[in-house]
Amino acid sequence: MTKIGLEIHCQLTHLKSKLFCSCKANYREFEINENICPVCMGLPGSLPRLNQEAVKKATIIAMALNCSTPEKIAFFRKNYFYPDLPKNFQITQLNIYGDTSVGGSGSIMVGDKKIRITRIQLEEDPGRLIYEGSSSKNQITLVDYNRAGTPLVEIVTEPDFESPKQVREFLNILSDLLENLGVSDPSLEGAMRADANVSIEGGNKVEVKNIGSFHDLEKAAHFEITRQNSLHSRDIEIVQETRHWDDKRKITVSSRSKEEDLDYRYFLEGDIPWVTMNDGIVDELKSEMPESINSKKERYISKYTIPVQVSEVLSSDKYYSDLFEQSHNESNAKEIANIITTDLMGLVDTREKRDKSKMTSKHLSDLADSIQSGKISRNSSKNALHEIVKTGKELSQIISELDLGNVSDESELAGIISEVISAEPQAVEQAKSNPQTINYLVGKVMQKTKGKADPTKTLDLLKKQLT
Amino acid sequence: MNLKISALDFVQQVQNGDISAEDFVAETIQRIQKIDDDLHAFLSVNDDAINQAKSIDKKIKSGEKVGACFGMPISIKDNMCIKNSKTTCASKMLENFVAPYDATVISKLKQQDAIFIGKVNMDEFAMGLTTEFSAYGPSKNPWNPEYVPGGSSGGSAVSVSAFECVASLGSDTGGSVRNPASFCSVVGYKPTYGLISRYGLISYANSIEQIGPLTRTVKDTAFMLNMIAGLDSNDNTTIDNKNEDYLSGIDSGIEGKKIGIITEMIGDGIDSTVLSATKDAISKLEGLGATCEEVSLDMVKYSVAAYYTITATEAGSNLARYDNLRYGYEFPVEGYEFNSYISKARQKFGPEVTRRMIIGGFVPSAGHAGKYFLKAMKVKSKLIKEINEAFKKFDLLIAPTVPVLPFKLGEKINDPVSLFLIDINTVTANLTGKPAISVPFAISNGLPIGMQLFANSNEDKLLLQAACALESTVKLPEVPI
Repeated sequence: MTKIGLEIHCQLTHLKSKLFCSCKANYREFEINENICPVCMGLPGSLPRLNQEAVKKATIIAMALNCSTPEKIAFFRKNYFYPDLPKNFQITQLNIYGDTSVGGSGSIMVGDKKIRITRIQLEEDPGRLIYEGSSSKNQITLVDYNRAGTPLVEIVTEPDFESPKQVREFLNILSDLLENLGVSDPSLEGAMRADANVSIEGGNKVEVKNIGSFHDLEKAAHFEITRQNSLHSRDIEIVQETRHWDDKRKITVSSRSKEEDLDYRYFLEGDIPWVTMNDGIVDELKSEMPESINSKKERYISKYTIPVQVSEVLSSDKYYSDLFEQSHNESNAKEIANIITTDLMGLVDTREKRDKSKMTSKHLSDLADSIQSGKISRNSSKNALHEIVKTGKELSQIISELDLGNVSDESELAGIISEVISAEPQAVEQAKSNPQTINYLVGKVMQKTKGKADPTKTLDLLKKQLT
Repeated sequence: MNLKISALDFVQQVQNGDISAEDFVAETIQRIQKIDDDLHAFLSVNDDAINQAKSIDKKIKSGEKVGACFGMPISIKDNMCIKNSKTTCASKMLENFVAPYDATVISKLKQQDAIFIGKVNMDEFAMGLTTEFSAYGPSKNPWNPEYVPGGSSGGSAVSVSAFECVASLGSDTGGSVRNPASFCSVVGYKPTYGLISRYGLISYANSIEQIGPLTRTVKDTAFMLNMIAGLDSNDNTTIDNKNEDYLSGIDSGIEGKKIGIITEMIGDGIDSTVLSATKDAISKLEGLGATCEEVSLDMVKYSVAAYYTITATEAGSNLARYDNLRYGYEFPVEGYEFNSYISKARQKFGPEVTRRMIIGGFVPSAGHAGKYFLKAMKVKSKLIKEINEAFKKFDLLIAPTVPVLPFKLGEKINDPVSLFLIDINTVTANLTGKPAISVPFAISNGLPIGMQLFANSNEDKLLLQAACALESTVKLPEVPI
């Protein structure tokens, strides 16, 4: 049986500052080595200053993944030499001397499968290495410490995944969950990274490191299973080792470094006193926690009778559900859900498009109300939405500028219908004998009005004129 | 001009206009130039000190608000960061390290118009108790230059003792303030863990060390403590002392106080003159109305072993950052692979630092931690239990600061284990986080003996009161230099 376990590193991208100093957590907007200070550079004499907000956010993640939270949180030093690590140790968490990391044994459902979470820990991200030079001989390593000290949450799962597909489903659920909690933006480059432990029946465990995105994680797991199966079928031993994910070639490569032999000499970080997580703090965090995706979904279904599938789509994407929450009322909820999940999705399916979009929640409620009151047809509303996203203009302005308003004046519509009837004698005859074919005539009216005619009204008038 | 005055006298005299800060500082620098070639307390002297004193005098004359130090010259152990000045830790590894920021104690003293007269010598990275492990040569004991001044804050003790400054800041990981204070006949104090911010103090064993003043009188120590103690947002381990005034009521005496004499610290290996000085101290304290009685702290027997295990572990980690990639000394990185570069770069560490880092790589390592590091941590927590138990019965504890008299330079440097054992009376305060102070108590054949008092955590005020009382029982000769 295939077994996959994951170690997921998730940056707390919504925090203002790094884990132990006041440099920015959002290091991406800086020139190289500009987002640094004595603390995150580990200068002699500097001391870490724990960002309490990071502890809260990490704890919220732990609670959302149904983990236990300890009474006291402690930090440990993981000692190893690496150029991206300014102090040559990483401040992290450890549970071997009792459960003191932000979260212990939890679980999450992926379809019908329960995935167990081993632990959740808060730690500092190292700097970033940049390699330059064409060959290994003249290769130089540059270090950018802007990222050093960024708050990172590590989520460790049990080896409960049986296929790369399950891994992907889990990752989808996890990134939606993290986004919904308002702790991290999974779409930012490097915000989500992972290592995977992969083994097949009768084989040793292989650790795959350095997987830079969730997208590649499924691929890496798939590659590794194929590789191990192919070895197994030829009776070649699968050695227990650490492999690296080669991002360019999309394969795993045996890492020749002796990382697995490292002794990290973990011990308590004395510069950070234990953090007490009493019931008061935990309750406060619980009350601050945003509504879960599941609860949103259930509410959409039961309160507004929005179809299950639409509710699922709407609740799982924070961008959509936030829009929905801000724009809907009792009467237009269903219509708004409909607009978002059928028309809007195609217009704002990437982060860039969302950032560029000029649409506000008011636009959405205006649009839904106008559809419901017959001011604009479902059809024309698509064009209006497109224009709203692009320009951000008021809906009423767009309707008049693009002439999207419904032809609701009966005499005007009746005139158009008369024209159609005289132009289509054959179809009229057919409709008379077989009422089902009347839709052809409705279509013709729509064509003539560029979709602005109210379909129900059109049908009524047509029927009247034909009898 | 008389340089041989206490900090409180200095402040009084400048405030009254009897002396000027400029004259005092200028004369202090002259004295340093005259005698420090022999004593070697200083690693660097602040060449802007006289200008700084001038501007403080100007502030005084114009009636501006002046900080509590009034231009008092203070020496700083070279493991505390002063912005834009070299901070070497007496190591070749940090030969060119110029601190880009001020330690919290430094910025607090700057606000009080202190003048940092210079950075003083120490054992490399504060590892040692003789100052012989400085990469820039040892300091000498002003009472007899053939003798060691103690360590690791040897430069601090020498500079205060030889009147090359009025007060000094040292750091105490296992006795590094109290030991040289005892050897040089000055007051040396290690506060409750967390009372003084360590931000800007270069870590050796961060879970137990503290910055502490070295001064001529106990009151001077209280004066210094008033300026540098308290909560600091840059050091999460600091404690809120509610702006305690340590000078107020310092003369209250010790009548009715119960003092425990730590049996394990006056036993085997103690020098007979040190023992008789201790007995003398006890009878003098009883004369002031205290009651004294022996108390046993069983774990003291293992304290030195535990201390070296824990400090080596933390040192191995704290000193790992010195890979010379971001700061340090001149040694180009081009052409090296990472591991070969750092192992070459780190050869600049001296022998004692290297020794302790090798120990620090071993004792907490997988397969050995249970036998060494974790066992040491158990000793530490048992020792804390024992001393807390003792403080249920006693207000204070007493023992000689060092069980032996100062010894000659070179006498023990090649015998690390016998050097380690000299720490037996000082490490307990560090391992338990309790405050302790060394008070000059006797001179035997021209060599100083210090007496040590301990108090319970956060009883620093009581400790200083008791030290003040003990200090008042003796009149000691002046340093012969």
